[in-house]
Amino acid sequence: MNSSVILNIFRFILLLALQVVVFNRIDLFGFINPYPYILYILLYPVNGNRAGLLISSFFLGLTMDMFLNSGGSHAVACVTLAYLRSTFFKFSFGVSYEYQTVKINDRLSPERFSFILISVVTHHLILYLLEVFRFSLILDVLLRTLLTTIFTLILCIIIIYLIKPGKQ
Amino acid sequence: MQQIFNFIFKNSILLLFLLLLGISLTLSIQSHSYHRSRAVTSANAVTGYVYEQINSVEEYLSLKGQNEALASENAQLKKLLFNTQDTANRPPVDIPDAMGNYKVIQSKVIKNSYNVHENYLTINSGRNQGVKEDMGVVSSLGVVGFIEKTSPGYSTVISVLNLKFRLDAKIKKNNHFGTLTWNGKNTGFAQLTDVPRLATVKKGDTVVTGAESRIFPENIPIGTIEKVYVDKKTNYYTLDVRLFNDMTSLGHVYIIENKDRDEIIKLEEETNVTNEQ
Repeated sequence: MNSSVILNIFRFILLLALQVVVFNRIDLFGFINPYPYILYILLYPVNGNRAGLLISSFFLGLTMDMFLNSGGSHAVACVTLAYLRSTFFKFSFGVSYEYQTVKINDRLSPERFSFILISVVTHHLILYLLEVFRFSLILDVLLRTLLTTIFTLILCIIIIYLIKPGKQ
Repeated sequence: MQQIFNFIFKNSILLLFLLLLGISLTLSIQSHSYHRSRAVTSANAVTGYVYEQINSVEEYLSLKGQNEALASENAQLKKLLFNTQDTANRPPVDIPDAMGNYKVIQSKVIKNSYNVHENYLTINSGRNQGVKEDMGVVSSLGVVGFIEKTSPGYSTVISVLNLKFRLDAKIKKNNHFGTLTWNGKNTGFAQLTDVPRLATVKKGDTVVTGAESRIFPENIPIGTIEKVYVDKKTNYYTLDVRLFNDMTSLGHVYIIENKDRDEIIKLEEETNVTNEQ
């Protein structure tokens, strides 16, 4: 229990730092930046404290807003994703996901892939809708969501493979 | 009473979610309403420090370019100095002194952004250096933006590349006024809107800041006209302006304080009040 709290705090700080120092300055094609920091929300223990997840996600998003000057859109997207996470679990892994030991941090299976995909799309769509906030630019929102989702998805999977415990 | 407590305990996660969502949505929507409305900005000690550290590493990669830019600006200033008119021929009133009262603070961009629709820069001087809200920011090439929020050591700047940016500008040759905005599409171009149809505009004409701006001194360069078209809704000209500044790579900037600004605004407010009565 205690070690999992420390692991999560470590993950929070490491992902945030990586996001600010590396991923926010990629600017692929001038406007695509991946947001793999949401891995913190995805990798949070399945049976962990939900209130803790909500509050830490809120502060994760708020810190990102501070660094990126985006008002509060990252905070909204992160809190929503943290709340909907259990629904996505049910959708991807079946109703009884809590009784099986679901591990995201493992080999890529269709269930894990669909879970990560839904989460990333939800997060990015909310993020860009609030960041752009103009109906006249809705096509731009959709284009950005699509391209960034692809980029984030690939990066998330690579990072999961990198930090996966070596022995199965 | 018991039931209320039961309800709260049963739905505590939902209530917590709604509370956090409410806070963040308020922050987010508020930040789009008008300028200076954002509560969460990168003008604070933590983000400022982080960006300054990143910038100090990054700076080494662009040292050569920065030096060349400064040298060419020096050459420009030397040219002005060597070509000053004979003081005897000068008009009796020194025009720049009589027109305005400006102070310049030197600063550096430590965080640049150009990939979203509302772009903000972070610079490494703040209230301690005398930076206040609504001061103008220029580089050696032209207009960059104006100050939005300040903290003791850092400030955020609304960049020209921000849908909320508005600036009075004019065509240098014939003094026709318009409003400089950005349409969110290309980082190299801004739009000068509401230029009257009777103005003669040509591709390549220079656009500078107008005299009506209370933030910037007159005649600070902005860019050159690239394309002219008629806005169908308003029947005014809209001009695509190619910016002199490369907004994707900014280094040293200057913050301009108009010391008369408060006085002008106060005077205008008083005039409006007396007119309404």
